[in-house]
Amino acid sequence: MTAKIVLENLKHKPMRSLLSILLVGVPVTLILCLVGLSHGMLEDTQRRTRAIGADIIVRPPGSNLLSTGGAMPAAIAGALEKRPHVKMAVGVLNALVQGVDLYAAGIDLARFNRISGGFKLQSGASFQQPDDVMIDEYYASEKKARVGSYLNFLNRQWRVCGIYRGGMLSHIVFPLRVLQDVTEHANQVSQVYVKLDDPANTDAVIHSLKSDPGWGVYKLYSMDDFMALFSTNNIPGLREFVWVIVSIGVVIGFAVTCLSMYMAVLQRTREIGILKSLGASNAFVLRIVLAEAFIMGVGGTALGVVMSFGAWWLIRTLLPASIPMVIVPIWWLYALGITLVGTLLGALYPGLAAARHDPIEALAYE
Amino acid sequence: MNNGHIIQIRDLRKVYRLGKVDVPALRGVDLSVPPGEFLAIVGPSGSGKSTLFHIIGGLTPPTSGTVRVAGQELPGMTGAGRTNLRKRTVAFVFQKFNLLPNLTARDNIAVARYLAGMDSKPGPEFEEILRLLGIASRLDHKPSALSGGEQQRVAIARALVRNPAILLADEPTGNLDTENSKAVLEILRDLNERLGQTILMITHNPEAAAYGHRTVHMRDGRIVEGM
Repeated sequence: MTAKIVLENLKHKPMRSLLSILLVGVPVTLILCLVGLSHGMLEDTQRRTRAIGADIIVRPPGSNLLSTGGAMPAAIAGALEKRPHVKMAVGVLNALVQGVDLYAAGIDLARFNRISGGFKLQSGASFQQPDDVMIDEYYASEKKARVGSYLNFLNRQWRVCGIYRGGMLSHIVFPLRVLQDVTEHANQVSQVYVKLDDPANTDAVIHSLKSDPGWGVYKLYSMDDFMALFSTNNIPGLREFVWVIVSIGVVIGFAVTCLSMYMAVLQRTREIGILKSLGASNAFVLRIVLAEAFIMGVGGTALGVVMSFGAWWLIRTLLPASIPMVIVPIWWLYALGITLVGTLLGALYPGLAAARHDPIEALAYE
Repeated sequence: MNNGHIIQIRDLRKVYRLGKVDVPALRGVDLSVPPGEFLAIVGPSGSGKSTLFHIIGGLTPPTSGTVRVAGQELPGMTGAGRTNLRKRTVAFVFQKFNLLPNLTARDNIAVARYLAGMDSKPGPEFEEILRLLGIASRLDHKPSALSGGEQQRVAIARALVRNPAILLADEPTGNLDTENSKAVLEILRDLNERLGQTILMITHNPEAAAYGHRTVHMRDGRIVEGM
């Protein structure tokens, strides 16, 4: 019977109920999109890095997961190739070309193809001229670029010479020398990918390098260890940022529900008096209000999940390369918990106010 | 202090505090009602009739005096105790019907049973009451689709579905036309005669009061006639 009263209350003012559910759903979408973006960017980078096929990655001293720009001598690759078990080492220079997270890679294409197995060209050809750039299918789709199109990077016009299948290294690839010149990183690279004669030697090679004082200053990772770093907890400030957004979600859920239920309680003052005249306890009245808020929380979460799919589709369609968002289903549960905390807290005050209504005054309410 | 009376009231006083002013609503009421009586209470507005009902019905506590309703002492009773009184012992029928507007007539009746902690399905004797009230075919309608007379009959059904010891009808015909008023009053008298239902009814209408076995008159917070 409680469920029936609550459902009929929600149906009685459908616009208020739907608006409340929508407003509860908006922060859910916000949270799910943020989490989807952070996971998507990490997973995308992880996938593209793993596709290179290297066993070890060497990065400059002081670098972290996010700082991929500059700088260590390109000659390191040659030196690494002289170490035991090292089959090949290829230096790559990264350069930020768009926004805050779209990096292009400068590569020696012939050497890079040898370590990775090569880019799969879908159209066009590899670098022909110094101002040539290769882009992957996602970036081509995002920019509506074709072979022969010109794109602006680093304050220069570049001709798209080839479009390759996405999923490796970067969305945008320049000739290494050209990128070094343009970014004033002559003879420097951002990281070196190392291929061993046998992946089983990875730990031994890393141990050998770390015990060598000349190499000890560099960041040396097996590819598995490097992949393990791709977690939101390892991005400085990201976890805190997610918590801020989650808190905003709780506050919005709280405020929307508090306002909505306060209005509902005011509108239903007489009905509360009727229920009390029939013997409804304060706890029963409170339960009705909380149950209504619970349904709004669950409905808002469901709507928020649906809207996050809409955002995912929109981003995937419009910005497939720049913003690799993914759906993270486990966060549906977290979002539900977050929303229920906000909505139930928001309903508590109006619920208690309703429960404390004097039945005689409530019955006299017009 | 029982003497076979279902309601016994001695020197009942009720003072409301409005801001910093004490407003006496009842100034020493004495009243005894035997089980099965149909008692009419008449009096001008502000005479304390509704306050008396609210105290007997457990909606508000008395300020002083003795009130015993169906064997339960009301002075000193907690809020929870008064809630329990409203669940089973007393039931209200209001002038404005006071049905829950979002629920059908059937659900309005079911809510009362649910709150009283009774099985959701009423017994066959309640079918007889529904037949008597003539609303069996209107139970699946919401109050907005019912006439005033039908709404009041649903309110009576809702009150009786819990088998209360006492039915408190506060101007039950106040919002009805003559025909429906007569029908409702006859239903109340019929219920009293057939089921022995104790009924207290507030009314301004002497014709309505005449349906009761006895009429008491209130004025200025006291019973002035018919004790």
